[in-house]
Amino acid sequence: MVDGNPFAKALELILGLDQVLVGIVTLSLQVSLTAVLTAALLGLPIGAAVALYRFPGRALVVTVLNALMGLPPVVAGLAVYLLLSRAGPLGSWGLLFTPTAMVIAQTMLVFPIIAALSRQVVEDLWEEYREQLQSLGASRLRAIPTLLWDARFSLLTGVLAGFGRASAEVGAVLIVGGNIDGVTRVMTTAIALETSKGNLPLALGLGIVLLFLVAMVNATAFLIGEGAKRRLG
Amino acid sequence: MVTRVRTLAGRIQLRALLVVIITLALTVPAQTGDRYITLASTTSTEQSGLFAHIIPRFREATGIDVRVVAVGTGQAFSIGRRGDADALLVHDPAGEEAFVADGYGSERRDVMYNYFIIVGPRTDPADIAGVENAVDAMSRIAGTRSAFASRGDDSGTHRAELRLWGLADIQPSGSWYRELGSGMGPTLNTAAGMDAYAVADRASWASFRNRQNLVLLFEGDDVLLNKYASVPVSPRRHPHVRHELALRWHRWLLSDQGQQAIAEFRVDGQAVFFPGAD
Repeated sequence: MVDGNPFAKALELILGLDQVLVGIVTLSLQVSLTAVLTAALLGLPIGAAVALYRFPGRALVVTVLNALMGLPPVVAGLAVYLLLSRAGPLGSWGLLFTPTAMVIAQTMLVFPIIAALSRQVVEDLWEEYREQLQSLGASRLRAIPTLLWDARFSLLTGVLAGFGRASAEVGAVLIVGGNIDGVTRVMTTAIALETSKGNLPLALGLGIVLLFLVAMVNATAFLIGEGAKRRLG
Repeated sequence: MVTRVRTLAGRIQLRALLVVIITLALTVPAQTGDRYITLASTTSTEQSGLFAHIIPRFREATGIDVRVVAVGTGQAFSIGRRGDADALLVHDPAGEEAFVADGYGSERRDVMYNYFIIVGPRTDPADIAGVENAVDAMSRIAGTRSAFASRGDDSGTHRAELRLWGLADIQPSGSWYRELGSGMGPTLNTAAGMDAYAVADRASWASFRNRQNLVLLFEGDDVLLNKYASVPVSPRRHPHVRHELALRWHRWLLSDQGQQAIAEFRVDGQAVFFPGAD
């Protein structure tokens, strides 16, 4: 009973500018980009700080950050679910089954990637420029923004890896968002839903649309990076 | 000059991108309005399109929106117990009664019904197509050790399947009995992929599009009756639930208008839910 070609379906979806699909795509981008933005604002400085400062338990922090890059989305989802559920500690906020809950869950998934990668990148740079920066009298705190700015192209790749994780995951948003039609349904949960209805061409068509979106975001980032490099070069 | 223009263009691009991202972030829809309830329900009701048919009618009549979280019945009870839904529409009478008896639900009322069915490969290796009753069909599947795909997810359909094995006095186990731990749709996808038998609800089957060699082999035994009931979550356990709005939904489902909306719903021209308010 497989009727229809998924590529034709994808094209039809994109060209038809279906109202429901536009809503789902917008929400997907909003949730994932917000999560990446939040995770970057937290992860870049924290990763750099862990790179520069020596403190007891630092090895543990580095190991945990690296390990959390492999945090299964369904576990992150479950943790946020228990936190935000009415019976949980933050239940009174009433955030379960809202887009905000999905942003929180995805931020948990993206933060370790950005923090761990910036820790590595900044640590390597610090090894290289340490004497130079210290001879200029820069403290470690002052060195953080300098090093982050200097490493921005490498860090951009880390941020994009984070975006890839956020836009690809389904386990966390399904649990904390509930896949509510018109409220918390995003691309990945819509694909899972159509797959379970046996509507495979439509599911794959949606998958192609998602890939296309992710490619667009990456291409934009790449072009901006290239443009900036050319300015410098 | 050219370089400067390009630099400027680059900066504007970057700023524009940041502005876009931040705007997107700030416009993430927050809680909108108070006129909605959260309904925990089953995958069969959502995936068949029933809610897309009846919720707009309810919204038109009352101005209240219904946000459906579609999960297995077991998980729906757990969502209700934690106070994360305002009402349930599920299909496990024993579980619903326990939910009300424990003080989590304010009352339980039958809303609609259909029948479970047994689907399997066209070749029908257990030869269940012409049997007298559902218990016989299950016995033959077990007797011939034909592949059987079980939901295994504590859903209403899974509980119904376990009841059937109980009636047949069989404890299913062995390599032919495959517990999938997934929803109705994924279970049908898997059954189609490995030519296995499965117990399904009529609504999910009617709207399922990846049947391959899977066909409906047995239906029409009273023991396969599948009743859906509405249970508003009680404000006694969870004072924050939107009980007033949930009660309006509950009463509307039982009203002539609600019952008619259910009766009019069709999948490919076929009625898959029958109004059954008690």
